[in-house]
Amino acid sequence: MADLRAALGPDRARAEPLELALYQRDAGVDRGQAAAVCFPGTVDQLAAAVGIAAWHDRPFVARGSGTGLAGGATPVGDPLVIVTTGLNRIVEVDADERVAWVEPGVLNLDLSRAVHHLGLHYAPDPSSQQACTIGGNVATNAGGPHCLAAGVTAAHVLAVEVVLADGSVAMLGGLEPDAPGYDLRGCFVGSEGTMGVSGRIAVRLTPNPPAVRTLLLDFSTIEAAAATVSGIIAAGIVPAALEMMDAEITRAVEDFVGAGYPRDAAAVLLVELDGLPAGVEAQVEAVRRVGHEHGARTVRVAADDAERALLWKGRKSAFGAIARIAPDYYLHDAVVPRTKLVDVLRQVYAIAAEYDLTMMNVFHAGDGNLHPLIVFDQRTPGVWERVHAAGDAILRACVDAGGVLSGEHGIGLEKRDAMPLVFTPDDLDAQARLRDAFDPSGRANPEKILPSGSRCGELQRVPAGAWI
Amino acid sequence: MDLTVTTAATLPDLEELRDRIAAAETVVPVGGRTHWDVGGPAPIGVEVRAPAGVVSYDPAELTVTAGAGTTVADLAATLEDGGQECVLDPRDPAAATVGGTLASGLSGYRRLRYGSLRDRLLEVRFVTGDGRVVKGGGPTVKNVTGYDLPRLLVGSLGTIGVIVQVTLRCQPRPRHVTWAGTSGDPFEVRRRCFRPSCIAWDGGDTRGLLEGDPDDVAAELHAGGLTPGDRGPAWPDGPHRGRISVRPGRLCALADELGGVDGLRWVAEIGVGTVHVGADRPAPLAQARQAAEAAGGWLLREQGDGIDGFGAGLPNRQLMARIKTAFDPAGKLSPGRLPV
Repeated sequence: MADLRAALGPDRARAEPLELALYQRDAGVDRGQAAAVCFPGTVDQLAAAVGIAAWHDRPFVARGSGTGLAGGATPVGDPLVIVTTGLNRIVEVDADERVAWVEPGVLNLDLSRAVHHLGLHYAPDPSSQQACTIGGNVATNAGGPHCLAAGVTAAHVLAVEVVLADGSVAMLGGLEPDAPGYDLRGCFVGSEGTMGVSGRIAVRLTPNPPAVRTLLLDFSTIEAAAATVSGIIAAGIVPAALEMMDAEITRAVEDFVGAGYPRDAAAVLLVELDGLPAGVEAQVEAVRRVGHEHGARTVRVAADDAERALLWKGRKSAFGAIARIAPDYYLHDAVVPRTKLVDVLRQVYAIAAEYDLTMMNVFHAGDGNLHPLIVFDQRTPGVWERVHAAGDAILRACVDAGGVLSGEHGIGLEKRDAMPLVFTPDDLDAQARLRDAFDPSGRANPEKILPSGSRCGELQRVPAGAWI
Repeated sequence: MDLTVTTAATLPDLEELRDRIAAAETVVPVGGRTHWDVGGPAPIGVEVRAPAGVVSYDPAELTVTAGAGTTVADLAATLEDGGQECVLDPRDPAAATVGGTLASGLSGYRRLRYGSLRDRLLEVRFVTGDGRVVKGGGPTVKNVTGYDLPRLLVGSLGTIGVIVQVTLRCQPRPRHVTWAGTSGDPFEVRRRCFRPSCIAWDGGDTRGLLEGDPDDVAAELHAGGLTPGDRGPAWPDGPHRGRISVRPGRLCALADELGGVDGLRWVAEIGVGTVHVGADRPAPLAQARQAAEAAGGWLLREQGDGIDGFGAGLPNRQLMARIKTAFDPAGKLSPGRLPV
């Protein structure tokens, strides 16, 4: 603490019990315990904090706003928690090269707002974009509704100045299109803080599309909605966004926001098309046709920006809306092949029934990224066990359908011990080699992503039960 | 997920391949030899080839899984049946293999619109130097499950593992495609067009590639002051070739330097920062490398033996060396290709 206070200033390092308690967890459910927490105000201070952790041979966990849902920022191993939210300057915007340099604590939506007047935006748009940081987005390789066409964070990060676990600083990637040798930048994005901490980050800015149309389609069965998703892709259209909401969440959202969603629909699709005007209009007609072919009851095309914003407000308020139904929720994240959506959704509802839980689904249908949402009241005796068991069953159903464990939230602590469901011991060993090459000390956000036993020759000690 | 179906059922020669790799002292993965001079000198050792053939393709998934030895042209033919394409764009698609294109890491000429080659690869299976099959990534279009081994493998020039099978992201084929030209300012074309697929410039002639709805393409041609024509740019050829990587904002200044190099042919990708260079002798390439490095960029050798592969040393070399050692402790995979 003395070293931290000397390097960062007396107010920037704390170890009072109340403050440590604040940093026990992220927006997920796993709790840990920090030894100390610090708030660097410059990238140099960030590097100094990591260096001090190295000097004292102490693990460290970096965190942005703590909106992560997989326990990636949960402190494990009595670490120093490094909070990056004070590093919130947009350092430079080059409108001609369409690049911005930002500090890791810049909020996702703040960046898009700051470059709006230049006709540009930052494409990845997680639902938490008002609160989450770009540094956290880099750590989790965050997605969002508009990643269907635009790609996830990894496709929009050009360079990252990384503070490695020994406190040294390395520039990974660059503004030139290719960096010589291995794609270290690509390895780092999505590594959930286990390879080091982001300092300044160079992100690609995307021109705002000349034309945008947003459509709301509603269906009397969820199968019809899912068939429409496949039909749109089969028609040669990759929408900017393609979101699905089931009956329960549609009603919840409508009661909350009043966006004009049909309260009696079994499912609604929110489709956004963007690009140049002629192509967009042709696609609007194609989506309308595909929707009707698959039994859409109504196809509503937003008439103006205000209506468009209202339709999106419904989608992005989904998690606020459920607070009216039950005090707690557990949000899942898994991806299945698009063609398996209907099968898997059916299983998800069956699992909810089996465990007597209320389940809602609001998700990125276009890329098969499911987000089953279990709402509950944790004061109900035994409910946590059922929630966890149902989550486990959902994950297995997704994996059995040829899917993966996470589409955009990450593995963190929450899904760490499920990794063997999709990876062999040799696969995990290879991942451990990559992680250890970046951080031979193992002090960068320890115990995350890889279950113990991932390294060849390491003692197998996976705890009983897949969920922590 | 069933991990066995594809490897066992469709890649029958994998076991033999694994044994050969494990037994060899030095292993050199070979595709179509179209990128043979890329990077460091071609190593000498036991040459191994990945299996060829499309393993699975469902247009509704917008993904395709294929043996890494499949030629890019064969893959394209399969995808064309589904009205789709995978943007790989190597120089010689009839000969270049999917695995070789990925391992060389050279993004194609449509990068301005579709992004890096690295964004195509969703899942990779590779054989390690000691003969194990490792999978990285996953088969879905969106995935953050574990570390991103696919991105490590792209551009690794055969030094991490022998790529045997890949799952790639596809996209619908555009309804209309046209090259168009102007003698005007290429940077102005970029500012005026919303989403061109390529803007190529050789210092005089500008060629733009536009793809999409026919009416939109027409509008873009008008906006960019482009006249449709049936030919794309004359990509530089010759026994000595390379590519410069530089910040796109420095292309204009770099072009002045390149224009002064006697015997150098070059075409720049505006907005991307790649400059393709070619010459009949090595000296112009060496001069182009000097100019690139002075502009904060670098030049990768693609063909010829007159200059070395990378010029100035690799950045973060210690970190890269640790990665290389972690994956290939025996140093048997394509030694010398990457100077780590």
